[in-house]
Amino acid sequence: MKKRILPLVLALTLLLLSACGNASAPAAAPTAESQPAPEETAAPNDTAAPEETAESVQTQKTERAAANELTVGIAQDFDSLDPDYMTAAGTKEILFNVFEGLVKPTSAGDIVPAVASEVVKSDDGLSYTFTLREGVKFHNGNPVTMDDLVYSIERRWNSEDTAALLAALSVIDHLDHDDKTLTITLSEPSNEFLAAVMNAYIIPAGYTDQETAPVGTGPYRFVSRSVQDSLVLERFADYWGTPANIEKVTFKILENAEGLVLGLQSGALDLVAHMSSDQTIQLSEGDFTIAQGSMNLVQALYLNNAEKPFDDVRVRQALCYAVDKQAVIDLAFDGYGIPLGTSMFPSFSKYYDESLTDYYTCDVEKAKSLLAEAGYPDGFEMTITVPSNYTPHVNTATVLVELLREVGIKATIQPVDWSTWLDEVYSKRNYQSTVTGVSSDNMTARKLLERFGTTTGNNFTNYSNEEYDEILAQALRETDDAKQTELYRALEKNLTENAANVYLQDMADLVALRAGLTGLTFYPIYVLDVSTLSWE
Amino acid sequence: MKRKMNGYLLAGIGITGIVLLFALIGIFWTPYLPTAMKYGRFQPPSLQHIFGTDNFGRDIFSRVLKGSGTTLAIALSTVSIGAVIGTLVGAVTGYFGGRIDDVLMRLNDALTAFPSFLLALLIVSLVGPGKKYSVVLALGLVFIPSFARVMRTEFASLRNRNYVTRARLMGAKTGWILFVHLLPNTIRVLLPAFTIGFNNAVLAEASMSFLGIGVTPPDASLGYMLSEAQGMLKAGPWYAVSTGCTIVLLIFGVGLIGEGLQILSREVS
Repeated sequence: MKKRILPLVLALTLLLLSACGNASAPAAAPTAESQPAPEETAAPNDTAAPEETAESVQTQKTERAAANELTVGIAQDFDSLDPDYMTAAGTKEILFNVFEGLVKPTSAGDIVPAVASEVVKSDDGLSYTFTLREGVKFHNGNPVTMDDLVYSIERRWNSEDTAALLAALSVIDHLDHDDKTLTITLSEPSNEFLAAVMNAYIIPAGYTDQETAPVGTGPYRFVSRSVQDSLVLERFADYWGTPANIEKVTFKILENAEGLVLGLQSGALDLVAHMSSDQTIQLSEGDFTIAQGSMNLVQALYLNNAEKPFDDVRVRQALCYAVDKQAVIDLAFDGYGIPLGTSMFPSFSKYYDESLTDYYTCDVEKAKSLLAEAGYPDGFEMTITVPSNYTPHVNTATVLVELLREVGIKATIQPVDWSTWLDEVYSKRNYQSTVTGVSSDNMTARKLLERFGTTTGNNFTNYSNEEYDEILAQALRETDDAKQTELYRALEKNLTENAANVYLQDMADLVALRAGLTGLTFYPIYVLDVSTLSWE
Repeated sequence: MKRKMNGYLLAGIGITGIVLLFALIGIFWTPYLPTAMKYGRFQPPSLQHIFGTDNFGRDIFSRVLKGSGTTLAIALSTVSIGAVIGTLVGAVTGYFGGRIDDVLMRLNDALTAFPSFLLALLIVSLVGPGKKYSVVLALGLVFIPSFARVMRTEFASLRNRNYVTRARLMGAKTGWILFVHLLPNTIRVLLPAFTIGFNNAVLAEASMSFLGIGVTPPDASLGYMLSEAQGMLKAGPWYAVSTGCTIVLLIFGVGLIGEGLQILSREVS
C-alpha cells in the first residue's frame, strides 16, 4: 500500500495546484472597444497576501487610516506611465489621478474646464477658445505656461510620433495662441472634440522622462513605481482645485484575483474595484462596504443580423420576448446589474431612454407565436460564441441557453479565447450570436450608436436598417446638441423596435471599501478617482 | 491458476462501483433536469435536493449523476488511447531495439519534455475547443509517453527469455510473439499503469475544465463542477464538497483496484 500512497498524494497535489489555476481568470468583463492589454504571464508573486493575526490586521489598517494613507489593490501592471503612450484601460484608470487635460469629466457625465479656466465654443462650432487657468502648477513645481499647452496638444494631434496621436484630434485645422488663450480651429464641427481634448493630458513642454517619472497637473503626484509590484502616489499640495484628502496612495498589483480578496481580508488592501459578486461575498460585512457602480457597457446577446435565422425581425423579437433580463441578472450576477433595453446605459443620462427597457416583457407564448409566424414553430438550433476567459459572459450564456430552451430554441455555447473572439467574431463577423459588453471609450453617445450603421466598419452585428442609417447620418451632421440628442434617442428606439440584439444589462462594477473609507465617486468612463476618498 | 480476490480489490470495486452506478443512472434518469435553473439558488442539501443547489439554482445531485458519466467517459477513452498507442510503441521499441527504438523513444522524450498541459492546450487549440473529442484526443496524446516507457522496459526485459527464443525458432511471426506470448506477461505492469493513468486522466480532465477547455457549459463534468464550486465555497460549500467527494471516491476506488490487481498478479506469478 505504501507505494500507492505516493501517486495518490501527487494526484491530490495536482488537484490542489489546478484548483489555484482558475483564479487568474479576469473578473472584469471584456468590452469590444476599450480592452485592457492582454495580461502578461504573472510572475509567481501573486499568492502572497501577508499572513497576519487578527490583531495585526487591526493595527495595520488603523495605522494607515491614522497616517491618512491608502492601499488599493489592482489586477494588472501598468503598460506605460507616459500619458501619450499608455493604452491599457487599467493604466488610464489609475493615472487619471496624476494627469489632467484642458477639460476633465465629472461624475455626472459633463465635461468641465480643468487646466483651462474657461472654454468658449464659437457659434459655428468650428473654433474653441481655452483660457489658461491662473496658478496651475506641474508636479515639479513649475507653473503651466501656454508653451506647455501648445506642446501637449500638438503632440497628440500633429507630431511625427504616430504612436502618440489621438485619432479624434485629427479634426483640428490649426492652433492660435497668445499668453493667456489658446484657440483651436477645426476643419469641421465635431461634438466629440471636447471629449478628445479631455484625453490630451497637459504635460511640461519638452519633458522626456514621463515613462520613469511622470509629471502632470492632477491632484496626486508620482512618487515611485516598482514594476510588477506597486505604484505610489502622494497628494499634490499645490493642486489648483479641490485638494485630495488622503496623503499617500499605494497601488498594489496582484494579478491573481484570489490574491486581491486575500489582501482585503488580511488587511493589506483597503480598496479593490471591479470585483465579482462571488468575490464580495467572501468579505465579512462589518469590515467592508460594497459600492455598486456600473461598468458602463451594454451587455447583450449580440446577433449576427445577416445570418439566418436572425435576418428575420420576428425571430429577433421572439428572442427578446423569450429572455428575462432580470432572471439573467439574478442567476448569473447575484442581482447586481441594471437591465437595459437598447444600446445605451444610464450613466449617459442625457441620451438614455429608460422607457425602452421594458419594451419587451418576458412572454414565452408571444415568443413562440412569433417563431411560428417566422416559420420556426419547433424552434431552431443556434450557437452562442463567448470569450471563455470572461466568466460573467460565459455564465450569462449558460442562463440564456436555459431561457431559450423554454421557447424551443436549442442553443449551444461555443467558448473561444479572446483573440479568436476578436478575430472571428468582431473582425470577420463569422458567428451566429455572441455575448459580450460594448462600451464607449469617451464621453459621447456616438461610439455606441454609430456601430449599427450599415456601412460602419465596426458594425459587427451586421445590423442594416434604412431608417437607422438616415437618422444616423442626420445625427452625425447635426451641430446643435439638443437636436442631436433627440436624434440619438430616435436611434435607440429604432434598435429596440427592430430588436437588433437581445439587450441585457449594464453590468455592475462592485468596489470593496474598508469600513471607514468614504467618498467614492463613479464616472461614466473607466477611471478610479482616489482624490475624493477619505477616512472617517 | 487460482485467483483469489483480495481486500484491496474488493474495496476498490465497491467504491468505484458507487461512482459507476451514478454514471449509469445518470444516462437514463436524473431526479431533475440537470440544466433547469428553477430550484432556488444555493439551497443547502435537503430531502428534495440531497446535494443542494448551485449558483444558478440547478440540482447538484442531477448534475453529479450526469457529470460522473462525462468524466468517466473522458477518462476511460483518454487512458485507452494512451494505453493502446503507448503499448504499441513500447512493444516495437522494446522488442526490436536499435534505430527504430532510438527514433521513437527520442520522439517520446520530446513529448515528455514538453509540459503535458501545454501540449494538451496546443492540441485543443488546433482541433478547436468546445468539442468533447478534442479533450479526449489531447489528453490521450499526453498519456502515450508514460505507457510507452513502461511497456518498452517490460518488452525489453522479456524479449530474451527462453520461451520467446523458442517461439522464434519454431517460426512464430513477430506479431504473434509480441501480442500473444509477450503481452499477457506484461499485464503485471500494464494494469497498474492503466489504473494510475485513469486517475491521472480524471484529474487532468478536471484541470482542463478549470481552464474552460474541457466540457462546455451547460454540460456537466465533475472537474468543471469543481472549478465552478471553488468560487462559491462560502455561499454554497456543499457544492464543492459533493463534487469533490465524488472525484475523491472515484480516484480512491480505482487506486485500490490497481493495488489489488498488483497484489493479485504478484501472487499469480
